Amino acid sequence: MSEQFEPKITAFVCNWCTYAGADLTGTSRMKYAPNVRLVRTPCTGRIDFMLVLEAFRQGADGVIVSGCHPGDCHYTSGNYHARRRWMVFRSLLEFMGFDASRIRFTWVSAAEGAKWAEVVNSAVAEIRAAGPFTEYRRMAGALPPPGEI
Amino acid sequence: MATMIETAKELLQLGTVAVVVGYEKGSGTRRRALFLRAADQVDRLVLDERCAQNLAVYLSKAEVKELGRPAIVATVATLRSILQLASEKQFVEGQAVFIAIGQSGDARVLSKLSEIEEFVRSGSSVGGEKSDLEVGPTEIQALPRAQRWEFWQDELSKCIRCYACRASCPLCYCKECLVECNRPQWIPVGAHREGNLYWHVSRAMHLAGRCIGCGSCSEACPVGIPLYLLNAQVAESVSTQFGHVAGLKADATYPLSAFRPEDRESFIK
Repeated sequence: MSEQFEPKITAFVCNWCTYAGADLTGTSRMKYAPNVRLVRTPCTGRIDFMLVLEAFRQGADGVIVSGCHPGDCHYTSGNYHARRRWMVFRSLLEFMGFDASRIRFTWVSAAEGAKWAEVVNSAVAEIRAAGPFTEYRRMAGALPPPGEI
Repeated sequence: MATMIETAKELLQLGTVAVVVGYEKGSGTRRRALFLRAADQVDRLVLDERCAQNLAVYLSKAEVKELGRPAIVATVATLRSILQLASEKQFVEGQAVFIAIGQSGDARVLSKLSEIEEFVRSGSSVGGEKSDLEVGPTEIQALPRAQRWEFWQDELSKCIRCYACRASCPLCYCKECLVECNRPQWIPVGAHREGNLYWHVSRAMHLAGRCIGCGSCSEACPVGIPLYLLNAQVAESVSTQFGHVAGLKADATYPLSAFRPEDRESFIK
């Protein structure tokens, strides 16, 4: 019997929008993939790029970063600052050949419980299709190089 | 070239500065930094295209500060670092003077930030620029993703984590670097691929919108990793997305602590 691969996904979400949105998903009794582990931060502006790398180091196959829509930040501008940071960070990772499709950025408001379920489900489906993040684990020395398996 | 030596001599004789920071002959064909305090030794100064080090780095080093007010032999790259440092409140006007080298090799003494800005705008210099890049970021961008990954894996696996890149960089002036923080340990300290990736990603990110592209880090790297490529990529991404080029103005704002509501990206859904 072949078991389906269940990816581990870490989500960094802001307290005011996406965390509340994810709460709404639950209170609305919407079911979504259980592969995601939420890490609540005060604001997307708090999400250092090192947190994203750390998630991969801890064995994540994918990362979701989500916060308030532009213009909706509880602290007025945290998400705008975060957006600039991601614009630079993502282009750097792509330049280094890092599989940037394993990191997804979304805006999910406190009212978008259904969108959160959709975000998680599609991330899980796509990362499941992509398979475990073996490229990273090989680099980290947790897996032998391709020829030696 | 004679004028640089004459200028240095005059500055030391008049007591305008206590030390002249320039270049002298090093081992083999290399050039190394010279800290000159006696006016009768100015003939040791040299200047040619092999003088690749950015001497602005010494402004933040305690042992150089001890020597007194310096005059620094400066190319456009060095002066751009100074403007960047000034915009970060790390350089105060008058703290040092600069022997700026013009296109024809003539030397001019600059001390005001407005003069430095003007000199940088006119873009005249000799040596010290990373203009003869073997590969540019565009060559790497053109590769398929898997090959880019392979390329950087090969390059970064050479890293021995000596932090020469950090030591050679005028903009890496933090008293305590992220890599020395161990509670929590953000960056693995071992010279293995994972730790090396973390270190170089962090360094490039922390220099985003600040690196002026002098290429001193690549020059200092004992194993020859083309580090300038990472910084050039980030600088390109900052300039195309936010229209900011580092080290042109002494009162510039840091692009990653600013924003425009109309910033555009295509990947946030």
